[in-house]
Amino acid sequence: MSEILVLVEHVDGEVKKVTLELLTLARTLGEPSAVWAGPGYSETAKAKLAEYGADKVYVAGSDEIVDYVVAPKAELLARLVADKSPAAVLVAATSEGKEIAGRLAVKTDSGVITDAVGLGEGFVADQSIFGGGINVRSRVTKGTPIVAVRPNSTAPVAAAGAGAEEQVEVTPSDAARAAKIVERVKEEKGARPELTEAAIVVSGGRGVGSADNFAIIEKLADSLGAAVGASRAATDANWYPHQFQVGQTGKTVSPQLYIAAGISGAIQHRAGMQTSKTIIVINKDPEAPIFEIADFGVVGDLFQVVPQLTEEIEKRK
Amino acid sequence: MNIVVCVKQVPDTATERKLRSDDKTLDRDAADGVVNELDEYAVEEALRLKEAHGGEVTVLTMGPAKATETIRKALAMGADKAVHLSDDALHGSDALSTSYAMAQALKKIGFDLVILGSESTDARTGVLAAMLAERLGAPQLTLARKVEVNGSAITIERLTDYGFDKVEATLPAVVSVVEKINDPRYPSFKGIMAAKKKPVETLGIADASVDASAVGLAAAYSEVAEFAAAPPRAAGTVVKDEGDGGVKAADFLASKKFI
Repeated sequence: MSEILVLVEHVDGEVKKVTLELLTLARTLGEPSAVWAGPGYSETAKAKLAEYGADKVYVAGSDEIVDYVVAPKAELLARLVADKSPAAVLVAATSEGKEIAGRLAVKTDSGVITDAVGLGEGFVADQSIFGGGINVRSRVTKGTPIVAVRPNSTAPVAAAGAGAEEQVEVTPSDAARAAKIVERVKEEKGARPELTEAAIVVSGGRGVGSADNFAIIEKLADSLGAAVGASRAATDANWYPHQFQVGQTGKTVSPQLYIAAGISGAIQHRAGMQTSKTIIVINKDPEAPIFEIADFGVVGDLFQVVPQLTEEIEKRK
Repeated sequence: MNIVVCVKQVPDTATERKLRSDDKTLDRDAADGVVNELDEYAVEEALRLKEAHGGEVTVLTMGPAKATETIRKALAMGADKAVHLSDDALHGSDALSTSYAMAQALKKIGFDLVILGSESTDARTGVLAAMLAERLGAPQLTLARKVEVNGSAITIERLTDYGFDKVEATLPAVVSVVEKINDPRYPSFKGIMAAKKKPVETLGIADASVDASAVGLAAAYSEVAEFAAAPPRAAGTVVKDEGDGGVKAADFLASKKFI
């Protein structure tokens, strides 16, 4: 079986769920090797990667790799592509993951596919385009296939790999040091999961009516351990911060469960959530287009239905 | 400061977008072409930087003849001139070939700052700015929610999952901007009239020193094997709230083992 590089997403030394998904996916196509870039690596992290099937773990633990925007990570992967000749490289289809994939593609003269929602034999990728209207299967035809896979594309399943550690010494080139990160600012978002990674997302739209009212959306989200999203109408009105916007010009999410409250479901919004596995809609307008894609819908006042739903969930826990 | 702002004509997201059955590329005739929405923020940011620091704003677009409409809009907003990279050989170019052709055109035009929208609403790859930075050997200042220039120093706030990173670099640089960085201006009547007289230079691939064998559908690094309209989602259950809508929704969640 051939080696497949999986770039590890990690925060505060913890491996993110999307990486476990990518390892699970890589196992069906070859032998996954995890690539750890930056500080925070530990035995615990290694154990986690091995638990989900990493045969090898390449560790480039220097601070410098994360001190500059994207380029050093692309250099690290390009070097591993040259040294190890992997069958493919998988990264998470986050904004930064896609940028890394793009630079790596240029460096290695290889094709890149972004926002895959599935990956099969021959690295044929499934994509959902034009707001979920068209399903595409595509494949890289030159170089080493580089595929950015969307979070929640597959369920992570443990299956032990050897987890053989190999340290990689890399020093970013001068060109890769051109954009220096001088400060990282964490904005308050509480204990909720990250929007694009969350298994459950609860979003509010125009019907929520005000920034204060978003508290009822947050309460429902917290009862389910979910992330909070917002439609463009809600972020345009400054009821909720822009980085939580789900839609064509915002984040694309593909959770197990998506609950849309007070969202009409314009193409702008559907483009960002249509590949969600299960969709629940709460809206007072029975004609709202979002009902067309609902697995379960309630026509009613969200200020009645959402708190009642939250209360029921708490009761049944 | 010499600012080049890259814009793309895309099919209107409000209309039905299709792929062509013959070569599986975007069907540009099926939908109205509009300026990629995120590029309007790039144009606005370019104009604001020019207003603050002086210089010139050049619009660069790559696309078929029809893309001239998009150029006019950017000129009407206030850009000074435009370059239209247009050649039949470019049809079907993927992100890699597009970034190559754009980089060649940018080298010919010359720049202190290149500004793009963070992604296009059609292909949505979000890779072009990073690829341009790589090809041009320029600092990558992408996903900016704020841009500040001071002499040859440039600082941005780069949007991240946890908040933002403050990033510093020296010009020339490649910047991409996110939605909400500013409020794009509407072209005034005067602006629309003035745009008609502004210079638009059309470059073929030879003019931009683009190698014909490295662009177009035949040079693509990936291929669409097949595509089909997404099957409609199976019709769900919709109930009217009669005081127990929340309970019924909870019942549904329980039936799916979410609670």
